[in-house]
Amino acid sequence: MVFSESFFASKFAIQRQDLENYLSDALSQGGDYADIYFEYLATSMIAMDESIVKTATQGVSLGVGVRVISGERTGYAYSDDLNPEKIRKAAKVAACIASGPAKVEKSPLHEGQKRNLYPVLTAPNELGFTERVDLVKRAEKSARDYDPRIFQVQATYADSLRHVMVANSDGILNFDRQPMARLSVAALARQNGGAPQHGHSGGGGRVELDFFLTEKTPEHFAREAARQAIVQLDAVEAPAGEQTVVLGPGWPGVLLHEAVGHGLEADFNRKKTSAFSGRIGQQVASKLCTVVDDGTMNKRRGSLNVDDEGNPTQRNVLIENGILRGYLQDALSSRIMNSPPTGNGRRESYEHIPMPRMTNTFMLSGESDPEEIIRSVPRGLYCANFGGGQVDITSGNFVFSASESYLIEDGKLTRPVRNATLIGNGPEAMKFVSMVGNDLKLDEGIGVCGKEGQSVPVGVGIPTVRIDRMTVGGTA
Amino acid sequence: MASSAVEQAMAAGATDAECTVSEGEEFSAGIRLGEVETLKEAGSRGAGLRILIGRKTGSSYTSDLSPEGIRLMVSSAIELAAVTTDDPFADLPGTGELGSLSGDLHLYNDDVAGLQPGFKIELAKRAEKAALSVDPRITNSEGASFDSHLGRRIFANSRGFAGDYRSSYCSISAVPVAKQGDSMERDYWFSTARGFLGLEQPEDIGRKAAERALRRLGAVKVETQKVPVIFEPRTARSLLESIFEAVEGRSIYRQASFLQGRIGERVASEGVTVIDDGTIPGLFGTSPFDDEGVPTRRTPVIEKGVLKSYLLNTYSARKLGLKTTGNAARGLTGNAGIGHGNLYLEKGARTPAQMIGGIKNGFYVTELIGSGVNIATGDYSRGAAGLWIRDGELAFAVSEVTIASTLQQMLTTLEAADDLEFRGSTASPTVMIAEMTVGGR
Repeated sequence: MVFSESFFASKFAIQRQDLENYLSDALSQGGDYADIYFEYLATSMIAMDESIVKTATQGVSLGVGVRVISGERTGYAYSDDLNPEKIRKAAKVAACIASGPAKVEKSPLHEGQKRNLYPVLTAPNELGFTERVDLVKRAEKSARDYDPRIFQVQATYADSLRHVMVANSDGILNFDRQPMARLSVAALARQNGGAPQHGHSGGGGRVELDFFLTEKTPEHFAREAARQAIVQLDAVEAPAGEQTVVLGPGWPGVLLHEAVGHGLEADFNRKKTSAFSGRIGQQVASKLCTVVDDGTMNKRRGSLNVDDEGNPTQRNVLIENGILRGYLQDALSSRIMNSPPTGNGRRESYEHIPMPRMTNTFMLSGESDPEEIIRSVPRGLYCANFGGGQVDITSGNFVFSASESYLIEDGKLTRPVRNATLIGNGPEAMKFVSMVGNDLKLDEGIGVCGKEGQSVPVGVGIPTVRIDRMTVGGTA
Repeated sequence: MASSAVEQAMAAGATDAECTVSEGEEFSAGIRLGEVETLKEAGSRGAGLRILIGRKTGSSYTSDLSPEGIRLMVSSAIELAAVTTDDPFADLPGTGELGSLSGDLHLYNDDVAGLQPGFKIELAKRAEKAALSVDPRITNSEGASFDSHLGRRIFANSRGFAGDYRSSYCSISAVPVAKQGDSMERDYWFSTARGFLGLEQPEDIGRKAAERALRRLGAVKVETQKVPVIFEPRTARSLLESIFEAVEGRSIYRQASFLQGRIGERVASEGVTVIDDGTIPGLFGTSPFDDEGVPTRRTPVIEKGVLKSYLLNTYSARKLGLKTTGNAARGLTGNAGIGHGNLYLEKGARTPAQMIGGIKNGFYVTELIGSGVNIATGDYSRGAAGLWIRDGELAFAVSEVTIASTLQQMLTTLEAADDLEFRGSTASPTVMIAEMTVGGR
């Protein structure tokens, strides 16, 4: 696509020269770098609860953010009005951070490299609502049909179409059209007047609506949510204290996201406030572990053709055979650390300053048979599904909550256990990985990562993994 | 503008409509190691519309408040009402329920708008400098910041309500990093207020943040054991959030709360009184009306251990055959949810020092991580860090452990100390729980 056919050029009559002018304004007080980010976001959401379509909402937000970097200083301003005067005002406000004569010659803009990872012709929210309403109706029915003990079901479908355009003083001009869709189902089960138990499932990605009709159907997610809720009905108290833990494949990859991913974001490392600071080349995990962050996977939730600073995404090896290899960079940190950008500069919206963020983070398959991994554990905990996690970057301590897990007794999965938090320390925990399965699985496309108040979609994945020692927060 | 959107919606075929308009100006200065690191300044606006056609609901939002943007918002909501199902409980508040508190609630303070950027930067610099000078082991900093926000909320509906209010907010925070040997820890402290004069001194904020980071150094993991646990006010506040989730109307009508159906029953120890009060002047949970145009009020949630009331918006109240408690809360998108005003636990008699002094072996929690609270079952399991109590004194730092119990058990053995203060829209004094499982080695 050429610039003149791009979304912002055609819908808002923005000319290439306008962008040059805004960047010149941004650098008028000095500064090393400036960028301008246009965003137009249309979203819709349909939610079914108690067997009725209760909520349907749609809307648009649009705006532009201007950033100026001078050394380690960042000035930022935004406007929700694309009127040229408002944009120039934002550029001038951002420019106030950098005083003194202009330090850089702005490069003329040229269209940057980018990928084509989600060739979605018609985004779901460019269609009528009937088909999307049908998805939540099917999901709700399927979850209720699964078992009579299911007494509440919520099915939510949400999608968005984001158009972005980024131009920076290095001369990069890039634009992208980023579709996203997600279907999620939550179920509650109860038996004999006991406590209600939750089950939750969902997925999607940068896909067309057809994905939910042919690849991952509403029934697929609904049955999984209902199954999890039913399993929990017979759950016993979780153990407390150090255990051997086996993580099942897929969503438990959130362990990597918390234990190592955040700690490898370049901003913390540049400031030396991460437990991983200065550890490149050191052993931070067992030799069985190779961890990758890959923004270039087709149609996946964490993927981007181009990051929110105009750089193409790439596949970055974070840990290779247990050795720490690299950090996740954004434009600011890569300038200061004198390290190439990695395509990880992301932001929640035009109102936010970009930061280094993960895309799709996963561990490569090893050689063990997953069955054999479970058989190898005399006594421990098998975690099939997780809720969310969190990490304290500086101490390296991280947690995640196991929403579906089972006791392992004499090499066999026995009873399901109640929700429990697991806790570990980033640079230490993965040294106890003693077996890695040959069954890498990626999550189904539901992750949201929060950092300093900004949420972005991400993906995770992991094969079956045995960790010899980890603290489990149960009561038994 | 809100009223005009409501009129347009009614003209387009809605039988009822309500519109929220939100405007805000934000300023944020982040400094690190004595230098300005980020400076952010901007204003934004947005509108959200909810309409009813009979008992069908549609909603929409926009950041484009031009006449064309509003027209699109109205037609989007009308379009969506066609795809939702008839819901007999969908309605706006009754005319008699609408209204606004009178008098000045001190939500807006002029002095915030008048603060010069240079002065605000200086405040953050002073906080960080104080933190860095407390002890040589404070070797680094995640920075310090000054943030302010000026906002205006406008709400109108088709039953004759139109109201608006302004609010202001400012805060100073500091995040120093302490290091000793291999141990590196950060902590933070902050102060927030509606007006500049309500802020604590930057030096006090910095010093307190540094002291907090320092006392975490050299933390160890303890043995797995069952002991009394004390939550300092900052971590105790999260218990109020859990209580809120367990009494908000949506969890109740979905039967997804361990407190569902227990009104009038004893659910906590006699010393537990939890109040939700949206009317206290100057506080962060205060507003003249909720997000459906119903006046806020004071609602006792738990009184002397007995569950007294759920917190409800119009929809959940109708589902339960009750009256709204003025707790509707919404962003710009979707239907109104439920929020709290100033939700607090009343203070008890003993000082925190007396509580600690009475414990031979226990855990004083200063930091919680993770989201391991299950409101449906009451199961509680979270990551924790803090200080170990030995023979009535705070003895050494502990981290990488979990604390677990059930909210039911925690509430029935909870004792509140006497140090309640309001630093946000939830507030709690120090609390002690008789016994929890600490998961460690």
